Amino acid sequence: MQVQTHVDINSEWGIVAARQAGRKLAREIGFGSVDQARITTAISELARNIYLYANQGQIKIEEVTESGKRGMKIIASDEGPGIKDLRRVMEDGFTTSGGLGAGLPGVKRLMDEFGIESEQDEGTVITTIKWLR
Amino acid sequence: MIPKVRENILQHQDLIIEDWMQQIEKFRTDESLQSISASVYESTSRDFVHKLLLTVEENEVSDEKLNQFVERLIQMGWPLNYITRGLQEFRKVSVKVIFQETDNNEDQFRMIEEIEEWVDEIVNLLVNQYSGSWENTVFLQKMALKELSAPLIPVFENISVMPLVGTIDTERAKLIMENLLDGVIEHRSQVVLIDITGVPVVDTMVAHHIIQASEAVRLVGAQCILVGIRPEIAQTIVNLGIDLGKFPTKSTLKKGVETALRMTKRDIVELES
Ligand SMILES: Nc1ncnc2c1ncn2[C@@H]1O[C@H](COP(=O)(O)OP(=O)(O)OP(=O)(O)O)[C@@H](O)[C@H]1O
Ligand SMILES: [Mg+2]
Repeated sequence: MQVQTHVDINSEWGIVAARQAGRKLAREIGFGSVDQARITTAISELARNIYLYANQGQIKIEEVTESGKRGMKIIASDEGPGIKDLRRVMEDGFTTSGGLGAGLPGVKRLMDEFGIESEQDEGTVITTIKWLR
Repeated sequence: MIPKVRENILQHQDLIIEDWMQQIEKFRTDESLQSISASVYESTSRDFVHKLLLTVEENEVSDEKLNQFVERLIQMGWPLNYITRGLQEFRKVSVKVIFQETDNNEDQFRMIEEIEEWVDEIVNLLVNQYSGSWENTVFLQKMALKELSAPLIPVFENISVMPLVGTIDTERAKLIMENLLDGVIEHRSQVVLIDITGVPVVDTMVAHHIIQASEAVRLVGAQCILVGIRPEIAQTIVNLGIDLGKFPTKSTLKKGVETALRMTKRDIVELES
């Protein structure tokens, strides 16, 4: 059976809960400590973006298998303001909140696969996968 | 409470108690109550219903003995749920007694209304008592956490350490900054070691706060060294693209202390025996 967990993000506690759920699943799937840290950090970035920019949303984590490969998928979704310029938010240093602007490009580097779908005023869905090596 | 209702309830006390005890036994399997032993549950419940009847007997909703009883439940960690359900059942069994005693519809209605009001008032009082005490507990825990949050410890003349353990949220990040600046000035620190061994996740927010804190420390004339960066954290920081290049870092607190001593023109020497 494949495991799937949802965590609602509507406070900073939600971010912590999502991270903990993510670390637990990553460990169960068999990721080493460095990849566990990468996955947990990626979840932290996505969850915090939801909390900061959309107020609330959801982190879904699940185990995935594809042509013999095993991995972990994170889906971060919200119904917030959406992202106007998808190219710009992937540039290192781009931020609208006075942050480091390292979150999204960082997540892309921490993980193996990365995709954003966003519609203005509709919300944002970010899907990302880490494969077990 | 009108005399008629009081009389009825008091007259049928034993019936009410037995009926109530039976109803309350049904919640025993509730998750929040499972840790309580059967005998404690039974005696506490009996105590509870007696205290409720006492309010009727004394004709006074806010009864000191009932308050004390509830205070004890709070201390022992019984859930609020037990109290509210207990009172709901108390209302039901009392209403049942009234139905048995009177046939006149109008009388019944008036008396039931009386019981509802009585029980509602008790519910309000006890829920207030509960939440007041709960808020108080949360407040105290918050204060305790705050004290644990970000201590700055002077270890040598001019050298201080701030060990960070646990998750860093916005509130804590603020405290870290305040304590760092206050402490640096108070202890006249020249070097501050920030130890992140105990921080489970270093994401961009945490990194940003640490960078800002160290810049602020530099403005008051001291220097920060970041220590306790675990190998997996070092890798994620690099992946995030965070540049700690201008930031002095050391892998362990021990190495950090050695560096700090050197920066303040001191050294650790071994004595020959
Ligand atoms: N879920 C989202 N909804 C709307 N806008 C978003 C969302 N996530 C990110 N953004 C936008 O993309 C920008 C870049 O995000 P990114 O996480 O890379 O950096 P940041 O959050 O500004 O700073 P950092 O993550 O380094 O602390 C944000 O400033 C914000 O404008
Ligand atoms: Mg971000």
